[in-house]
Amino acid sequence: MRPGSTEALVEIVADAAASGRKLEIAGGGTKADIGAPREAERLDMSGFSGVIDYDPAELVLTVGAGTPLAEIEALVASKNQMLAFEPHGAPGSTIGGVVAAGVSGSRRVSRGAVRDHLLGFKAVSGRGEAFVGGAKVVKNVTGYDLPKLACGSWGRLFALTEVTLKVLPAPETTVTLAVEGLDPTAAVALMSKALGSQAEVAAAAYSNGVTALRLEGFGPSVAARRRLIEAMATVRALSEGDAEALWSALRGPLEDAPVLWRLSVPASRAASVVDAGLGHSVMDWGGARIWLASDQAEAVRRAAVTAGGHAMLVRAPEAMRATVPALHPQPAPVAALEARIRRAFDPAGVFETGRFLDAD
Amino acid sequence: MLKMPPADGRVLARKAEIARALAAIVPDGVIEDKDALRVYESDGLTAYRQPPMLVVLPRATDEVSLILAWCHREGVKVVPRGSGTSLSGGALPLEDAVLLGMARFNRVLEIDYADRIAVVQPGVTNLAVTQAVEAEGFYYAPDPSSQIACSIGGNVAENSGGVHCLKYGLTTNNVLGVEMVLMDGQVVRLGGRTLDQAGLDLLGLVVGSEGLLGVVTEVTVRILPKPETARAVLIGFPSVEQAGQTVADVIAAGIIPAGMEMMDRPAIHAAEAFVHAGYPLDVEALLIVELDGVGAECDHLTQEVEAIGRRNGSTTCRASASEAERLKFWAGRKAAFPAVGRISPDYYCMDGTIPRRRLPEVLQRMEGFSAAHGLKVANVFHAGDGNLHPLILYDANRPGELERAEAFGADILRLCVEVGGVLTGEHGVGVEKRDLMPVMFTETDLAHQQRVKCAFDPQLLLNPGKVFPVLHRCAELGRMHVHGGITAFPDLPRF
Repeated sequence: MRPGSTEALVEIVADAAASGRKLEIAGGGTKADIGAPREAERLDMSGFSGVIDYDPAELVLTVGAGTPLAEIEALVASKNQMLAFEPHGAPGSTIGGVVAAGVSGSRRVSRGAVRDHLLGFKAVSGRGEAFVGGAKVVKNVTGYDLPKLACGSWGRLFALTEVTLKVLPAPETTVTLAVEGLDPTAAVALMSKALGSQAEVAAAAYSNGVTALRLEGFGPSVAARRRLIEAMATVRALSEGDAEALWSALRGPLEDAPVLWRLSVPASRAASVVDAGLGHSVMDWGGARIWLASDQAEAVRRAAVTAGGHAMLVRAPEAMRATVPALHPQPAPVAALEARIRRAFDPAGVFETGRFLDAD
Repeated sequence: MLKMPPADGRVLARKAEIARALAAIVPDGVIEDKDALRVYESDGLTAYRQPPMLVVLPRATDEVSLILAWCHREGVKVVPRGSGTSLSGGALPLEDAVLLGMARFNRVLEIDYADRIAVVQPGVTNLAVTQAVEAEGFYYAPDPSSQIACSIGGNVAENSGGVHCLKYGLTTNNVLGVEMVLMDGQVVRLGGRTLDQAGLDLLGLVVGSEGLLGVVTEVTVRILPKPETARAVLIGFPSVEQAGQTVADVIAAGIIPAGMEMMDRPAIHAAEAFVHAGYPLDVEALLIVELDGVGAECDHLTQEVEAIGRRNGSTTCRASASEAERLKFWAGRKAAFPAVGRISPDYYCMDGTIPRRRLPEVLQRMEGFSAAHGLKVANVFHAGDGNLHPLILYDANRPGELERAEAFGADILRLCVEVGGVLTGEHGVGVEKRDLMPVMFTETDLAHQQRVKCAFDPQLLLNPGKVFPVLHRCAELGRMHVHGGITAFPDLPRF
């Protein structure tokens, strides 16, 4: 089903709720292979596409949730602006999908995640009612911060129809400095030192033995900050092409791995996870995000918890996805709280397709 | 005038018994003496006062858990309080509620410079976090003007901002995790030391929830390396329009200053008379633009900003030449509220946000309101993010002036929403803007928010009477359907 208006969407959801049917909200459908195999009617949100309001001087952009991410990136780039959380996705990804999946890229470590840039939204909840959360200005504390709840909700609370995002000026100059030959422990130490310095590091990653530090900003500032990094380690500046290749590989790393995990851990514990011998890995966010290729589900989740973090299963064969929950299991009181929140927005479970293997 | 939920006589009759039960949990932490309770009768919104039934001052998470569990079981309302600096009445007590003061949770628990986090108890003041880490070259970015007094727990409840949030974000962008006690006594941890959370972003929901969802007992915040240099530039203009255009042009040039503040003529004069910050007195609008970073960045951006100001017809322009001068420039702005307090017996501070491009029109219409209500107004303004702080001058001792000030304030906030903005940018809804919520949200919007409250506190015992204009019972919200903005239960009590 592909509703073209909020009214049509309200009708579809209310009808599904009344008749006990399940709906799977889909933007570009590029993340459909995350989560358990399931049977659900596809609710295609591509009808909610297009720019609704963009005033670069206000730093605010409002678009339909089904608008392709590529279209938005091109638009803001044309005004020398950017989505600072560095979203990414396969061709066809929509901004609604980016929000619902909580996708943030390498710059997240310095500029925040999608949750730090979503200002407001319009949506239709599982009750079949249209409502708004947040607002269209950059500073707002009126009522509960429902936009935070939208980010990473995986379409389990409401179907987003419109999103308002904070945009920021794109950097005038970017340089990526690389350090070769560090082991994971030394790499994390260098990234921590750089991120904790006045060099204002925009992104810090470790991949294939290369530690990469990205600096962004105005020319004279980047030059001065580069000298601060050069005082910490022997670095070489990557060519524009090499830098782009490195950062773009971090948007979808370890692409040949049949089973892929995304871990969030305190950076100071990252090396212990990487060195545990569970599989190939790549570190981003100064070590706070680890991409890990491993089919040892229990060992991966245990390693994440031991390090004080959690692990999401982002790619696996169907049989594994049918039994291993994609989202990291929560402690009982938090899981119960989450379930009550889901029922608050979606009492009939219209959007509970079984994708996340929850009991309720 | 403000109406709060009616007091429950059955609870009031049990006051002595409740005090005994709480004293069994915190032997030296229950206040029931009438005079001692007066200390807690209001927060930073002093127009409203109500002594609480009792105050309890726990020291540990398990005490908070026992207190809440007992009150939950007995149906007793609880109002949490940090330092009591809320400007929206978030900590306003109720006659029949226990006031849960968190001031004894005053320890910095852990600092981890490698991961750039600090773990603190909620009663630690905002400034104390920075003081705990500044020797190592770090600081905590959100800096509400009340930072010497306001607590981190209160900052979490209100999602506090400050003059630097244009570049560094509000509290919500700088908190990684909390330990929180739910109304039924359950202790949960939301977020932690990782950048992302495992499931729903419940942490993001709790920050800014104004003490309605749970009582925070521990907070993990991000700390940032202190910029090498910071410089403030004072730029004066003959009109508000020119100052507004300068703000837009600075952002269009790709510059996000650490802070960008605007003051109008009455605010400039009040602040200068109070602090002698060196503000020009012959201008209609004054911008304070703060630039920070490495020295080379400050030098570069100072020139850029000064040039943009000149292109827009600035008549004065001064960059701070020393750290002492920078702080002096800020002293006037940060003291704007007390400065206005010197020229008027009382003032009422508003907090709406607007799209910046509507500023000249909003200020003009505000002048009209000022004439209509017969009250003066001074404006300070977080110009970078469109957050207005009109200060309405009144005298509470003159009959009817408080009511006129409230009506003037409501007109301003309705105007903010009308031009595409919001009721509150950083001070919170509390009791102050509670009854204006329907200006910004429909019944359906509010019902979706209230059901979140029900997921955390189904008996509505925690901080009732705040944020939501209508007290719907959760069971009724569950089946409520709203059509065309008309509630299906028009006879429910509104307060």
